[in-house]
Amino acid sequence: MKRLAKWRLLPLFAILALVLSGCRGENFVSALRPAGEVADMQFGLMKLSTYVMIGVILVVMIIFVIIFFRFRRRDDKDETIPKQVEGSHTLEIIWTAIPILLLLILAVPTVSATFRLADVSPMDKKNSDALVINVRSHLYWWDFEYPDQKLVTSQELVVPTNERVYFNLKSLDVKHSFWIPAAGGKLDTNTDNINKFWLEFDDKRSNEAGNLFYGKCAELCGPSHALMDFKVKAISRDKFDAWVTAMQDIKEPQKAQSDLAVQGQDIFNKSCIGCHAVTPENKMPETARMAPNLTNFGDRARIAGILDHNKEKLKQWISNPETYKPGNEMTGKYGELSDQELDAVAEYLMGLKVQE
Amino acid sequence: MQAEEKMTYEKWPAAPEKSTLEAKNKFLGFWLFLGGETTLFASLFATYLALKDKVPSADAALAKDLFDLPLTFVATMLLLTSSLTSVYAMYHMKNFAFKKMMVWLGLTVLLGLGFLGTEVYEFSHYVHTYKHTFTSSAFGSAFYTLVGFHGAHVAFGLCWILSLMIRNSKRGLSLYNAPKFYVASLYWHFIDVVWVFIFTVVYLMGMVG
Amino acid sequence: MSTIAQKKGFGGTIWDFLTTVDHKKIAILYLIAGGFFFVVGGLEAVFIRVQLAVPNNDFVSAGAFNQIITMHGTTMIFLAAMPLLFAFMNAVMPLQIGARDVAFPFVNALGFWLFFFGGIFLNLSWFLGGAPDAGWTSYASLAIHSKGHGVDFYVLGLQIAGLGTLIGGINFLVTIINMRAPGMTYMRMPLFTWSTFVASAMILFAFPPLTVGLTLMMFDRLFGANFFEVAMGGNTVIWEHLFWIFGHPEVYILILPAFGIFSEIFAIFSRKRLFGYSSMVFATVLIGFLGFMVWAHHMFTTGLGPVANAIFAVATMAIGVPTGIKIFNWLFTMWGGSVKFTTPMYYAFGFIPSFVCGGVTGIMVATAAADYQYHDTYFVVAHFHYVIVGGVVLAILAATHLWWPKMFGTMLNETLGKITFWFFFIGFHLTFFIQHFLGLWGMPRRVFTYLPGQGFDFSNLISSVGAAFMSIGVLVLLYNIIMTSVKNVKVGNDPWGDGRTLEWSIPSPPPFYNFKQLPLVRGLDAFWLEKMAGKKGMTPAEPLGDIHMPNASFIPFMISLGLFIAAFGAMYHKNHAWGLPVIILGLLVTFGSMFLRSVKDDHGFHIHKEDLVEDNEKGAKA
Repeated sequence: MKRLAKWRLLPLFAILALVLSGCRGENFVSALRPAGEVADMQFGLMKLSTYVMIGVILVVMIIFVIIFFRFRRRDDKDETIPKQVEGSHTLEIIWTAIPILLLLILAVPTVSATFRLADVSPMDKKNSDALVINVRSHLYWWDFEYPDQKLVTSQELVVPTNERVYFNLKSLDVKHSFWIPAAGGKLDTNTDNINKFWLEFDDKRSNEAGNLFYGKCAELCGPSHALMDFKVKAISRDKFDAWVTAMQDIKEPQKAQSDLAVQGQDIFNKSCIGCHAVTPENKMPETARMAPNLTNFGDRARIAGILDHNKEKLKQWISNPETYKPGNEMTGKYGELSDQELDAVAEYLMGLKVQE
Repeated sequence: MQAEEKMTYEKWPAAPEKSTLEAKNKFLGFWLFLGGETTLFASLFATYLALKDKVPSADAALAKDLFDLPLTFVATMLLLTSSLTSVYAMYHMKNFAFKKMMVWLGLTVLLGLGFLGTEVYEFSHYVHTYKHTFTSSAFGSAFYTLVGFHGAHVAFGLCWILSLMIRNSKRGLSLYNAPKFYVASLYWHFIDVVWVFIFTVVYLMGMVG
Repeated sequence: MSTIAQKKGFGGTIWDFLTTVDHKKIAILYLIAGGFFFVVGGLEAVFIRVQLAVPNNDFVSAGAFNQIITMHGTTMIFLAAMPLLFAFMNAVMPLQIGARDVAFPFVNALGFWLFFFGGIFLNLSWFLGGAPDAGWTSYASLAIHSKGHGVDFYVLGLQIAGLGTLIGGINFLVTIINMRAPGMTYMRMPLFTWSTFVASAMILFAFPPLTVGLTLMMFDRLFGANFFEVAMGGNTVIWEHLFWIFGHPEVYILILPAFGIFSEIFAIFSRKRLFGYSSMVFATVLIGFLGFMVWAHHMFTTGLGPVANAIFAVATMAIGVPTGIKIFNWLFTMWGGSVKFTTPMYYAFGFIPSFVCGGVTGIMVATAAADYQYHDTYFVVAHFHYVIVGGVVLAILAATHLWWPKMFGTMLNETLGKITFWFFFIGFHLTFFIQHFLGLWGMPRRVFTYLPGQGFDFSNLISSVGAAFMSIGVLVLLYNIIMTSVKNVKVGNDPWGDGRTLEWSIPSPPPFYNFKQLPLVRGLDAFWLEKMAGKKGMTPAEPLGDIHMPNASFIPFMISLGLFIAAFGAMYHKNHAWGLPVIILGLLVTFGSMFLRSVKDDHGFHIHKEDLVEDNEKGAKA
């Protein structure tokens, strides 16, 4: 039995070692690979609390191990009665006072960080040049409106690096939660009110992560909660400005290039345009934006936030969205399309690019 | 002391509501239950305050349009008086005066019925005149739930006291039923206290705006 | 009338349990029903881990997965952990304070049947069109949006079960306040009794907000109200508040009795009195109090603002202090003792590192700013499983072994018990330790699948393997229970040899009146004190006399059945004409039974002195 007890700690240590050796997850999605000011602050708090807590664990474990070896009853027939100790005031004061101190060490930075993360005052200032984005969550897709730039995009958030980006969050059906792990913690999109916060993306670390971060819904919202991913394209301010201009230049739906695409556009205009817009301007109220805006669909990294971005996947998605995102709002909103029609629509959509 | 024992004025203890272990348990258990009821009503009050005047359209009636002080005042007086009469009933119970206790309890029931009557009138008035219903708005749902929960408590209390009166009308007081009467009157006071809060939070504060 | 030696057939036994008001039999009912739901909830957990073992798995569909996680959480909290703890509270607490029964035996039975029918109602959803699928927290916007009757089952079933818990809590409170044996002052009560006391007080104040929340949701879903309909002026955050004002104390309602169980075990198997008894009591009460002040830490990301978040963060951290006090007191109970590693002690010993891990991650999630990262990820899943499984479930398993002889008169096999422990303990850490990292690596909770290429694959597989280990442990335990019951080797009053509290001073299982004569309590660990003074048993505090006992009753069953029926009516009344009559019928059954109870005098019966003496002689011969 004694040997067994030693083994008990081994897997724990093994896992701990594995972790300390740098198992920090993928840099485009892990909170342990922070890529901006907010995530850095939170990572710092995590580290601080972890150090304090490991200290506590060590103290407990040392006493624990000593007890195991020193105070075991080695002989079942042992009839000795140990001294009945009532307690010890000194000890009890020690293990009350030290935790209070440790918690104070933790509480001060926590409170300070909580207030810093909630500081959205530049949003409300007049004539501020802070970038504000209105995030609207829907059952399994995300709508991003840039009110000052007067444009709307969906599913793929585009942000400039090295500056604070401010968000207005709201949900238009059930509650979701807006989370970009590598850039910082989440905030819920409530149905009742607008929540505000900010994030920042570091240029260097964005580049390392391929300028593309994963965003997720973190609040159970129905069957496809797990598939409500979005992507964040973090690019330098210059590139961002170029993207904004390119988007703003699209006043009319783009003309399809090839014959197949023209046919696809016809089908799209009959079956899809009722919900999906292909121009970026935000003339419609947010509640009228029923489905993702597809203006720059061809530029995006994923289809429906989750599937590889190629024509084959797109055809599969359009022909049967229910298989890929159960419970979505798109299924059944349009008639059955033949293979040829699917091909045409996919051709058209893949060609919707605003930038080279 | 045995609960079943036949009682006389001389043998009747000073605190008949808690002179056996069962009675003591009932007494304490009921107080604790009222503690739970307090949090129940506190939650309902909080919900009401959060949803007060939350209506879908501008033409829906708000608290300040609805409430009518004279009517609520009458209801309040009826219920407060019924609390007083139940105090008298318990006073006579402690003195082993069964008949007098029954008379005062009867009065309590009548006053309680009067209160329920005004409440029913009040609700129907809101529904018909202001189209303020349970389903018309979040405000409506919260209002009828809070005040209605209280009303349901009143109705339950009436049934309770009545059934106690009928059940024991022929056999007088004993240490078995004295705690039952006592606890029922405790419940009645509790309902009264809740109403004082409803009167203040819902009606007075509602009229102020 | 002596009912002790009465022989009964199978039907008689069933009827006996349907009508019993004896706390020891009710404890067995809780143990069986809670154990059944524990296995059901465990199966659901296994389905979850199978589905998540590999990315893009299609073992269950997305919709079914949400039903499974919802039912797993709801079942484990309301229908397994709470009733199992109630089983031990019922079985042991009255014995520990030297009482013949609880204060309200009838209400005790009613509490059980309400819980039972609520649980059955909730689980019938599987067969009647689908289980609730909005998570065990059932956040309002999703719950209102959810189609079918799943959430209705949740709302109505929990309403009924919650009522049972509430009256159970009141019953325990009154029992502890009014029914203690002579000399059993508050500061001589065993820690398990103390934790039962505090947990019951928390039940009393925590369950009404849940009742209100469930009622509001029931009104919204079934009766057209608009509490959570934003377009009609409603507000869904109200549900979050009400749910967590209940939900957070609920965590302590579960963990405090677990602390109580471990406190008993550490003292018994170290042969030492509990170190720092008064500070343990103080810490228990303080945790109970603070437990009501911290609910909004579940809502850090709801957007309550930095002031609220900061206050609730600091308040939450404060709970770490009394919990730390407890950990060190347990360690120092063993320090200098003679620690015997029996199966209950295995669990207690394993509990310390497990719970410390759960506790420190609790402090981590309390740091509001960092919690924006942890919230609703697998980190939180890992944290609360470390607390609930590493604390509550280990305690329940420990208590099962510790008090099995007291409840059934026979001891569970120690070797099998230790095998169970190792499988369960290793499986537990294997399953949940890695989940901390999954959360930090970006995996949200409650996802029915995950895409490959995000670094989640291997760790999820490890986690699923752990679940298999835990299942094996539970299977071994079931085998152990069956084998032990078949062999049925009888044991004496104090089978562990080192019992300290009053329950070990009377036969196993105790006679239905528990104590022939109420014991005189001379101090903390009353039975231990007598043993140390060289006596075999307790000194009686009263002469041998008649014992007053309550009558059995079928009415609790009927009251609960009525609500069960009415719940079906409420659920279907919108689409079916028979709904309303069924509501009325059910309520008639309930209120009719209550009325019957009220008008029919029930004075109980007396066991006469002579019968007790007779039992005594029989006992002496055996």
